[in-house]
Amino acid sequence: MNNPIISVKDLSKKFGDFTAVDRISFEVEKGEIFGFLGANGAGKTTAMRMLCGLSYPTSGSGTVAGFDVMREGERIKRRIGYMSQRFSLYDNLTVWENIRLYGGIYGLSRREILRRAVVVLNRLNFRSESRTLVGALPLGWKQKLAFSVATLHRPEVIFLDEPTGGVDPVTRRQFWELIYESAAGGTTVFVTTHYMDEAEYCSRVSIMVDGRIRALGKPAELKKQYAAQTMDEVFRTLARGAKRAE
Amino acid sequence: MGGFLSFVKKETLHILRDSVTMLIALLMPVVQILLFGFAISTEVNNINVAVVVPHATEAVRKAVSRLEANPYFTFKGTLYGSQIDETLRSGRADAVVVFAADYDRRMAALAAGMPAEPPVQLIMDASNTNTATAGAGYLQSVLTEGMAGFSAPETHLLFNPQMKSAYNFVPGIMGLIFILICAILTSISIVREKETGTMEVLLVSPVRPIRIIFAKMIPYFALSCLNLASILLLARYVLEVPMSGSVGSIISVSLLYLVLALALGLFISTIANTQVTALLISAMLMLMPMIMLSGMVFPIENMPGILQAVSCIVPARWYIDAIRKLMIEGVPFADVLDDFLILVSMTVVLIGVALKKFNDRLE
Repeated sequence: MNNPIISVKDLSKKFGDFTAVDRISFEVEKGEIFGFLGANGAGKTTAMRMLCGLSYPTSGSGTVAGFDVMREGERIKRRIGYMSQRFSLYDNLTVWENIRLYGGIYGLSRREILRRAVVVLNRLNFRSESRTLVGALPLGWKQKLAFSVATLHRPEVIFLDEPTGGVDPVTRRQFWELIYESAAGGTTVFVTTHYMDEAEYCSRVSIMVDGRIRALGKPAELKKQYAAQTMDEVFRTLARGAKRAE
Repeated sequence: MGGFLSFVKKETLHILRDSVTMLIALLMPVVQILLFGFAISTEVNNINVAVVVPHATEAVRKAVSRLEANPYFTFKGTLYGSQIDETLRSGRADAVVVFAADYDRRMAALAAGMPAEPPVQLIMDASNTNTATAGAGYLQSVLTEGMAGFSAPETHLLFNPQMKSAYNFVPGIMGLIFILICAILTSISIVREKETGTMEVLLVSPVRPIRIIFAKMIPYFALSCLNLASILLLARYVLEVPMSGSVGSIISVSLLYLVLALALGLFISTIANTQVTALLISAMLMLMPMIMLSGMVFPIENMPGILQAVSCIVPARWYIDAIRKLMIEGVPFADVLDDFLILVSMTVVLIGVALKKFNDRLE
C-alpha cells in the first residue's frame, strides 16, 4: 500500500501476565471501510483504544493519520472521530445542544458549527427535531445522529465500536448508507461489528482470535480461502479454536 | 478555550434540566438549617418535677413555688415518700425533689456555718443522660438560689450566653452540607458519564482530561456558593447567630472548604465505577465519620485517643472549628490560620491524588 492512514506493526498490550493484544500488524488505506471482527474478549476493543490514544501499547509501533500512537496521542485525537457501542450523546441535552457541544470540543467556530449542523440535520431529515431532547428520540435515530456528530469535525478516520448494536435491520441499512457516504467523502472508516452480514459491506476485514489477527483480506477473498459461502462461516471456522471464553 | 466553555455550558444545562436534584440541592441546606435551628435542640425543656414535702414550712413552700414558676419545669404535684419509685418508673416525673422534714433546721445550721445533713435530695430518672444532667443542673441552681449563706459560683457564659443550640449547629450544618452537595453531586455526575459511555467519547476528544474535570466543578461550585449565601443569610437573620467575626473570613474559609469538597468528589469518582458505588462511598465512608467525628454533635475532647487521631483527617472537623471561632467567638482570621492551613494542605493532597488517579485510568 502506498498511503496507509493506519499502519500498525507488532502492536501488543499486556495487562500483567495477560496478553490482550498479541503482536498485531495491519494497514488501512485512506477511504477504506475496514471491518475489525472478533468474538467478545478477542482484544478488539483494547486494540481500538490504543489506536485512539486512550491506552499506551506495551510494545510495537503504529501510526494513525501520520502520527505515532506511542508519542503523539494528543495529535491523533484531533484527527479522528469515535463512536462507541454504548450510546454516546447526552440524553438531557437537545439535538442542537449536543451538536454545539461536540463542535465546541473540536474547536469549531460558532458559525461553522451552525453551518454544519444545518447540513447534518437536513441529511438526516431532522430539521424539525433540533430542539428535541435526545433522550426522547428512538434508538435508531440516536445512532444516526451520534454518527453525524462524531464526524462533524470531518475526521480523517472514524472509529466505530459496534455502532449498530440493538438497532433494527432497516435502521442498520440506513446507518450503513451513512458510512458509505462518509467513506466516499474520503473519511476512513474503522468499524467493529458482531453482525457478519455487515462484514460483507466492508472493503476489507480482519478477524481477531485470542488477541491475534488470524485472517485479513477482502470478504470475497476470505470466503474463497476458507471455502465458505458467507462471512459467518469464515468467522465460525476461525473462532472455533478460540481459548478465551466469551 | 472554546472547548472548555462548551463544557461548562453543558454541565450547567445538565444541572438545570435535572430540576429535582437542583431543588434538593438548593432546598436541603435551608431545610436543615431551619430544622436544626428550631426543631432539634439540645436544650432541655419541660422537665417533669414532683416534690416530697414531709413538713411544709414557709421556706419549703417558697422553694416549691420557685420550682413551679420556673419555665424549664413542669410541676407534677406533691408525693408521699413511698410513691417516688413508682412515679419515676412510670415516667410521670423525670425528677423528684425530696425536702428533709427538718429542712428549716438544716438550712439554719448551714447558714450558721455548722455541719449539717443536706436539706434537699434530688432523685433523677437518668435513662436519658442528657436530660438528667441538664435537669439536675437546673434544679440545683433553682434550689440553692434561696439558700441563705450558700453562694453559688458566679457563672459567665461567654459567646453564647443563652446557650442556644443554633450557635453550635450552624457551623456543623455548613460542614456537612457542602460535603454532601459538592462531593456527592460531582462524583455522581462524573461517574454517570462513565456509565453511559460519554466519558469515553470525551477522552477520545482533544480536550484535556483536567479541563473536563474543572468544567464539571465550576457549576457545582456556583451552586454551592448560592447555598453558602442562603445559609449565612438564614443564620444571621432568622436564627440570629451573631457572626461576630469578619464575614470576609467566614466566606474565604468556606470557599476553600468548597474546593476541598469538590476535590473529594473528584477523588471518589476515580474510585467508583457506578453511581451506586459513588453514592455509597460518599454516604457511608464520609457522612457517618463526618457526623460522628467532626465535633458537630459529640465533643472531640471526650473521645478516646484513637478516635481523636482519626478525627484529624476529617476535613469537616477543621472547618467547623474555624467557623465556630469566626462566627461565635469572633476571633480575627489569624486565630484560625492553623485550621485554614490544614484545610489548604488537605485540598492540595486530594486534588493531587485525584488527578493522578484520573490520569492513570486512561491507561
